[in-house]
Amino acid sequence: MSRRRVVVTGLGMLTPVGNTVQDTWGNILAGTSGAADIEHFDASTFATRFSASVKGFDVSEYMSAKEARKMDLFIQYGMAAAIQAVSDAGLEVTDENAPRIGCAIGSGIGGLPMIEKNCDVLKNSGPRRISPFFVPGSIINMIAGNLAIKYGFKGPNIAITTACTTGTHNIGQAMRMIQYGDADVMLAGGSEMATTPLGIGGFSAARALSTRNDDPQRASRPWDKDRDGFVLGDGAGILILEEYEHAKARGANIYCELAGFGMSDDAFHMTAPPETGEGAALSMSNAIRDARLSVDEVHYINAHGTSTPAGDIAESNAAKQVLGSAADQVRMSSTKSMVGHLLGAAGAVEAIFCALSIRDQVAPPTINLDNPSEGCDLNYVAHEPQQAMIKAAISNSFGFGGTNGSLVFKSL
Amino acid sequence: MSNIEERVKKIIAEQLGVKEEEVVNSAAFVEDLGADSLDTVELVMALEEEFETEIPDEEAEKITTVQLAIDYVNANQ
Repeated sequence: MSRRRVVVTGLGMLTPVGNTVQDTWGNILAGTSGAADIEHFDASTFATRFSASVKGFDVSEYMSAKEARKMDLFIQYGMAAAIQAVSDAGLEVTDENAPRIGCAIGSGIGGLPMIEKNCDVLKNSGPRRISPFFVPGSIINMIAGNLAIKYGFKGPNIAITTACTTGTHNIGQAMRMIQYGDADVMLAGGSEMATTPLGIGGFSAARALSTRNDDPQRASRPWDKDRDGFVLGDGAGILILEEYEHAKARGANIYCELAGFGMSDDAFHMTAPPETGEGAALSMSNAIRDARLSVDEVHYINAHGTSTPAGDIAESNAAKQVLGSAADQVRMSSTKSMVGHLLGAAGAVEAIFCALSIRDQVAPPTINLDNPSEGCDLNYVAHEPQQAMIKAAISNSFGFGGTNGSLVFKSL
Repeated sequence: MSNIEERVKKIIAEQLGVKEEEVVNSAAFVEDLGADSLDTVELVMALEEEFETEIPDEEAEKITTVQLAIDYVNANQ
């Protein structure tokens, strides 16, 4: 029996450069940075005092104030992106299709703001003052859970958490559920809001963040010799994945096919990749094989590209290893140069950028790449987007714990 | 309307996300104002905070309507 095909029929996102897909994509192609000084808490004593945060988010467009109070920001962001995506897909939930629609939406860290707040409450006022909504408002599976309640989705409902690979793994596993027959439609992706004192402080302590406080918009500079760490970002991305015949039968708009998914682990170090990039290469080659493509059909790679020295060189080496001579032709960019690193949402928003790169036949740029560092010699689409034939695009995510994931999108 | 009654009703309206005119004395939190069990826990906490009092769990369980909340606060001020 031939494998059930999976297509993308709806998109929704909130990012540091826009609160919709349209606004974000416009700003990505214009090379706009979403990084700015932190204003949502006093960061004056922190080594890093800027982030790439969502701006001007109005939760009342998506839910009542009473509902919003019970959800930490990462849940609100995830709900907003999902509501956009459902609307974009024109998805109507009925008694008949509800058991066949599910959600696979995660977060890297979850409700850090609520955890911090309730920890203060516990210390200052005692256990009786902990909010009854602290647990359901901060745990990671509650985007998926709240969406099921809102829309009546009765199919599979999960939340995979694998650090910075969260979004990619949720999308990949949602694809598998549709292929296997567990569902016909899946909402898949990730959300994050971890630019809090503990989040910024914790990643700073791990020496992961850029400290370019005098020029935040130039701080995220993947493959550039002056990079000094990543920029922590907030946001959410949700894709509507749908079985191809199901999408065709209802006349849905199809962005592209999700054709392949690969996974691996570096089995090396808690936070750093091996310079050879062999874990990343295994993930990419697994995904290309799963998509039944040849390497010269891969025309664009949305890199994990966090702007850390070890990661930048490892991913470049991985791409060369997997693509061989086709690496000379491929365009590989890092949209993290603009939106920063959205942790559990990163793979989801970058998957959306891949879908749009295929729709518009354009590779989004890597901004701030002025002087490529040694060994970084691919076409990283520096500064300006490049129009190009893009038949297939890979989205890479690599997370703490050495966990890797790659998705292959292709035109129908 | 007493000051206490106004303050109690304001908190109930805020906590349960309903309009203040819906918060009539006879209204029951669950049946009339759409609260669930967690909403009522949070509502009691908000009343404790506003009136700087501590409402024991066995008392809190009995506060199920707007009037009962007003009565409780009046009796324990």
